[in-house]
Amino acid sequence: MAEKDNFEEALKRLEEIVHELEKGDIGIEDALKLFEEGTSLSKLCAKKLSTVEKRVEILKKGEKDEEVLELFQKLDEE
Amino acid sequence: MVQQMVEGVNAILTIGWYLCLYRVAVDKLPTIPYPLDMDLENITPKRNVLTVSELTRMVKQLLESNYTDIWISGEVSNYTRASSGHIYFTLKDERAVIRTVLFKGFQKGIRFEIENGLKLIVHGALSVFEKRGEYQIIADFLEPEGLGALQLAFEQLKEKLQKEGLFDESKKRPVPAFPDTVGVVTSETGAAIRDILNVIRRRHSGVRIIIYPTLVQGDEAAQSISKAIKKANDRKEVDVLIVGRGGGSIEDLWPFNEEVVARAMYKSSIPVISAVGHEIDFTIADFVADVRAPTPSAAAEIVVKNKVELIRTFADLHRRLFETMTRSVQTRRELLSRFTIETLQDRLTRLLREKQMVLDDLTKSLTASIITNLTRLRGRFEKLVGQLDVLSPLATLSRGYSIASRMRDGRTVLTTADVRPGEEISTLLLDGRVYSRVQDTEKAGGTPIS
Repeated sequence: MAEKDNFEEALKRLEEIVHELEKGDIGIEDALKLFEEGTSLSKLCAKKLSTVEKRVEILKKGEKDEEVLELFQKLDEE
Repeated sequence: MVQQMVEGVNAILTIGWYLCLYRVAVDKLPTIPYPLDMDLENITPKRNVLTVSELTRMVKQLLESNYTDIWISGEVSNYTRASSGHIYFTLKDERAVIRTVLFKGFQKGIRFEIENGLKLIVHGALSVFEKRGEYQIIADFLEPEGLGALQLAFEQLKEKLQKEGLFDESKKRPVPAFPDTVGVVTSETGAAIRDILNVIRRRHSGVRIIIYPTLVQGDEAAQSISKAIKKANDRKEVDVLIVGRGGGSIEDLWPFNEEVVARAMYKSSIPVISAVGHEIDFTIADFVADVRAPTPSAAAEIVVKNKVELIRTFADLHRRLFETMTRSVQTRRELLSRFTIETLQDRLTRLLREKQMVLDDLTKSLTASIITNLTRLRGRFEKLVGQLDVLSPLATLSRGYSIASRMRDGRTVLTTADVRPGEEISTLLLDGRVYSRVQDTEKAGGTPIS
């Protein structure tokens, strides 16, 4: 869940950057710096979004009665 | 009913008593003819004295063999639950009471709470408790009169939990805005998980799902559900928990009306969405949950709606980031295009031309003002020269005046006192000088010559 916080922070920072750039009263050097930061944040967010995609797991008992998360196969049916 | 029972029992007791008397009487009937040598002892009717136990046993046999399968209705009073787990109460109507016991083993199927004042229909058998000389009903089934048993159980638990504050709005937590991981407490083979996964797949939401499998119907289900909720809380890997199952009869949905489930949901530190049955089904779980979804599909919609919004927000920011940068560069490029060498030269030439004109103007007005000044000065000079002419001693000389001065020191002779007789003087005339010697001096009337 710590990752999720990062994600939300990244999104928040990205929003700030876009606002700052859209205001337009900023030097090109600073704008480029912000843009660079923005693109790396954007990449980070996109990566986070794609890594959590479409995984369905189920909590099962393993061989030694320990709890394990297995991929839930039923999703592939139908 | 109680009264009928009691009357019946009384009748039997009475019959029993008469039977006893009859037996005593028959045993003691005198034979005819009476022997003369009657024994006193034998004449007196013989008393068959029973012990308390014997009589009670007789009564017990009589009652317990005749009342094995009875239905009786009455109102509960003196309700107690012993530490052994057995439940004791008295059934009563306006005129009679009868003790009732519900042993622990028969309580399992009874979902509502028995309480004083409740009207019950009880099934069971009569039993005599020899030690106390009491008879009672051993109940094996009971149900509320009027209201259905499940309905009553539902209302009772609802009221209880409401009083405890488990439904308080202030205790409800919002579903997190961006859940990455969603826990589902339901049957892995049920309709609910199928519906939830369908919705989530359809919305391309990018949500991770963890299923905590549980029974969702039958006697073991409530425990199983509450364990699954606790497990999800222990593992701390999901942001929100959907607890539910697909539609079914009220009995099928019953586990979600159980107290143990309600308490597990209330204790959960993960926000809980209830999703039980269809829209019209309301369970206790729905009241305790932070959010009630009318169906499992609806619960999935709630969860992914936020996620879909999040992705939209991100996509929008991403687009705007590039748009604003492109626009910014474009603006600057346009700005730059205004400053080529040609345009700069143009601008410079134009600027120089302007300056030249200003310079020309200034020069022109400068010349004009110099000339004006010179003319004015010249006029003034000529006037002054004229004045100078008037004041010049030469002009005085030309009018016949002359100026005498002493030879010895050149001082101009102004008064008679300036010279002595014999003094040499030089006199300036219009065209030259005359040197002479003073004969004498004479002051004109004592006033100096002006």
